[in-house]
Amino acid sequence: MSGWDKFVETFFNAKVMWKYLPDILSGMVVTIELALLIVVTGLGAGLALALLRSLAIRPLNWLIIFVVDLFRSLPPLVIIVLMYFGLPYAGPAPSGFVSTWLSLAFVLMAFSEEIFWAGITSIPKGQWEASRSTGLSFGQTLFNVVLPQAFRLTIPPLTNRTIAITKGTALGTVVAVTEILGQASSAMSNSYNPSPLMMGAAAYIVLFLPVVVAARWIETKFAWKR
Amino acid sequence: MATNHIVDARAIHKHFGTLHVLKGVDLKVDERELVFIIGPSGSGKSTLLRCLNRLEEPSSGSIVVDGIDMLDAKTDINHARRRIGMVFQSFNLYPHMTALGNVTLALRKVAGKGRAEAEALGRVALERVGLADRAEHTPGQLSGGQQQRVAIARSIALEPRVMLFDEPTSALDPELVGSVLEVMRGLRESGMTMIVVSHEMGFARNAADRVVFMDDGLIVEQGPPAAIFENPTHERTRAFIGQIQRH
Repeated sequence: MSGWDKFVETFFNAKVMWKYLPDILSGMVVTIELALLIVVTGLGAGLALALLRSLAIRPLNWLIIFVVDLFRSLPPLVIIVLMYFGLPYAGPAPSGFVSTWLSLAFVLMAFSEEIFWAGITSIPKGQWEASRSTGLSFGQTLFNVVLPQAFRLTIPPLTNRTIAITKGTALGTVVAVTEILGQASSAMSNSYNPSPLMMGAAAYIVLFLPVVVAARWIETKFAWKR
Repeated sequence: MATNHIVDARAIHKHFGTLHVLKGVDLKVDERELVFIIGPSGSGKSTLLRCLNRLEEPSSGSIVVDGIDMLDAKTDINHARRRIGMVFQSFNLYPHMTALGNVTLALRKVAGKGRAEAEALGRVALERVGLADRAEHTPGQLSGGQQQRVAIARSIALEPRVMLFDEPTSALDPELVGSVLEVMRGLRESGMTMIVVSHEMGFARNAADRVVFMDDGLIVEQGPPAAIFENPTHERTRAFIGQIQRH
């Protein structure tokens, strides 16, 4: 047996792969569910916080900045572990799935709030003034003039951050979530073979490559003629 | 006579922190009058203009525009601002919209017009500034002079009672100034009340009913253009006029 054959036998073992394919596929479903929940709630909450912050209510803004800085500085793994193992002492006992979802959603909320906020503040004051001088209210100006321009600026950093955080769904393994990496590593220990891990890697590429491509498409679609 | 001032600002003070920018300014403007405000930079001309539609909050004083008390907490400021057009030095067009989109936004959102009616009114406004054929262009595809004319169309589409111009030609290349001044002259001939902060002295001479000279947060003197430019009574006015005429 040549070295190449041994390598293929070890990392791309067809028999092992076929056996554990259903596990990896079910892991993909869990990962997709988790990722969608995280993206929708995390970005939604981040935008909501950025909009609240634009109202410039000082005590509220201090609170927002505190929460955002806290979740930006804590490692996501620590948040997941605290929520799963720590929270039950205070009463609610979220499942591993819910712990992972909420933890990563909080982290995405924190980062996306900062990105949305940077987008909003980067719009020149003259845009606000022109709109307000024609009688549009604060809210109408925000939604019709400022946010459409801010969104365009935020799309590239937002996609980066969203992909980085949704990949964090792999951290769910520590709290027994059966997502891709969890399935792959248990299959690996059951079969004494790392091929399932390769399948897991392939699954991540299959999931996230389209997201990156879609992000590029959105970027070009939102660009306006200068 | 005293009753038909469309703009009646009294004893306007404005502080920015420790800086006292307006030190008690009175400005009354008649309907259909074109008032030109001149003065050295930092004299408070732009701040005064911006107080009139409350883009700046005056520290004290009273402002009545077209019978509406602008500083009354009960005044619907968004409704009042519809009646006061403003044109900015830097145009401030919305870059993500076409020229027509810029002109129709407030028509739809503030004046409550449907899309078709707003677009019809918007095209009329663009026609008045000579840009009917540029309706579908975005600001980035227009020259500075064209952008400023779209900005004027955005204001006049709302049929304002007063127009404020804050250095409308200062950001333009010299060869583009004429087209904007021409639109302003047309507005004046149609009877628009206009308050203009600008350094276009030639335009002031030809078109203004009254020139107001401000310095250090106060109105130093005012009168017909000929009187201010040929026979200023105050030393400071004379010095300023002398300086700009040397160029």
